[in-house]
Amino acid sequence: MKPPPARAVVMGASAGGVQALLALLPSLPADFNLPILVVLHVPADRSNVLAPLFASKCALAVKEAEDKEPVEPGVIYFAPSDYHLLVEADGSLALSSDEPVNYSRPSIDVLFESAADAYGPGLVGLVLTGANEDGAAGLKAVAAAGGLTFVEDPASAHARTMPEAALRACPVAQVMSLARILEVLKGLGQA
Amino acid sequence: MSPVAPHEVEDIEIQLLLEALFQRYHYDFRHYARASIKRRLLQARTHFGLQSLTALQERVLHDPEMLPRLLGFLTVQVSEMFRDPAYFRALREQVLPHLRTYPSLKVWIAGCSAGEEVYSLAILFREEGLFERTMFYATDINPDALRAAEAGVYSLDRIRKFTENHQKSGGRTSLSDYYTANYGRAVFDKSLRANVVFSDHSLVSDAVFGEMQLISCRNVMIYFDRPLQDRAVGLFKDSLARGGFLGIGSKESLRFSRHVGAFADFVPEEKIYRRREP
Repeated sequence: MKPPPARAVVMGASAGGVQALLALLPSLPADFNLPILVVLHVPADRSNVLAPLFASKCALAVKEAEDKEPVEPGVIYFAPSDYHLLVEADGSLALSSDEPVNYSRPSIDVLFESAADAYGPGLVGLVLTGANEDGAAGLKAVAAAGGLTFVEDPASAHARTMPEAALRACPVAQVMSLARILEVLKGLGQA
Repeated sequence: MSPVAPHEVEDIEIQLLLEALFQRYHYDFRHYARASIKRRLLQARTHFGLQSLTALQERVLHDPEMLPRLLGFLTVQVSEMFRDPAYFRALREQVLPHLRTYPSLKVWIAGCSAGEEVYSLAILFREEGLFERTMFYATDINPDALRAAEAGVYSLDRIRKFTENHQKSGGRTSLSDYYTANYGRAVFDKSLRANVVFSDHSLVSDAVFGEMQLISCRNVMIYFDRPLQDRAVGLFKDSLARGGFLGIGSKESLRFSRHVGAFADFVPEEKIYRRREP
């Protein structure tokens, strides 16, 4: 059976995540036609430098997610620092200042679990480098909803704790190098 | 019968549980943003060791003592004193000079939770010499939160962050002037709440109760869906005096509200708006 077409991509990263995302996002072509939602752990007071940093390097539009805005294809949304990012069933974004999850706000699990509900089998989940275990439960939820799951190869990741934890929780996830992940993403984002 | 995904069954359970809460207790979460309310309900289910949200509904319908415990999950708000110091700096430097021209002032902190922002504003107004002429209305739907707000007692390990925020907000005094440390807790000076009315008020169902010069409602409306957000913004519009100010959370926006035309940007980067002349 052919898998259903992808409708959205969620990505989570922590330690080493800026470099990993720089190896992926700027290489996506301008006609990439899926929304990409990103949680990257950064200190709360280093607030909101990510969107401008990536906007200057990406062919795709990059912005910090706003509460209640509709998700658009071909746009990269970063969770603002100190807020959780969630996806509603109607495909709009929601923020929350609920307590940190896995000591993290934004939390990868919170994004992935809500996106898994919203997109079901149309979701692609990707856990990258990191030194904590956020994202493991989230990736498991993506797989349980029928979505595609990928994990950065712990052997080559800057920090292996997060991809290893994701794999333990979600053994069906495919393990790949960043270069290979990029190729797969490009394929999924072709109309 | 077509197969139904487990999360679709949960969605039905959520809807029924919220309806039960409304019909039984008149707490109306039916128009809260669903993704967050779902997380909170699932947390509550796990906390109470229940198998399903249906079981949680059964418990809360038949056992009124469950209500406050569940409300704790549904309305929990994590804040800090002087959270987003730049917001308080903007109030201090740009809004208060306008408020200074009024002989008496009313300020509404809508969704005050455990009161961190109430004490922050009371200290700010005291530092700027406006405290004596101001009446503060601190409202929330959760009675436990209101009690905590009225008590003004916070864990000492939070004070370092509060102090740092206060300094960054342009504080003219030392935060330690306002509390006494006691057994690991900071007890805030009761004179700070001399002009504060703590009151139960729901942005979902209650009406205008006064004419305000400033309304601060931060990170409350992000939990509402759009129709409910519209109701709340409409309530703020109708509660503000001409030229009154509205401050919302740094990641909130009036852009998607149908009342956006009633407000002018005042300090856009801090999400402070001013009521236009009607």
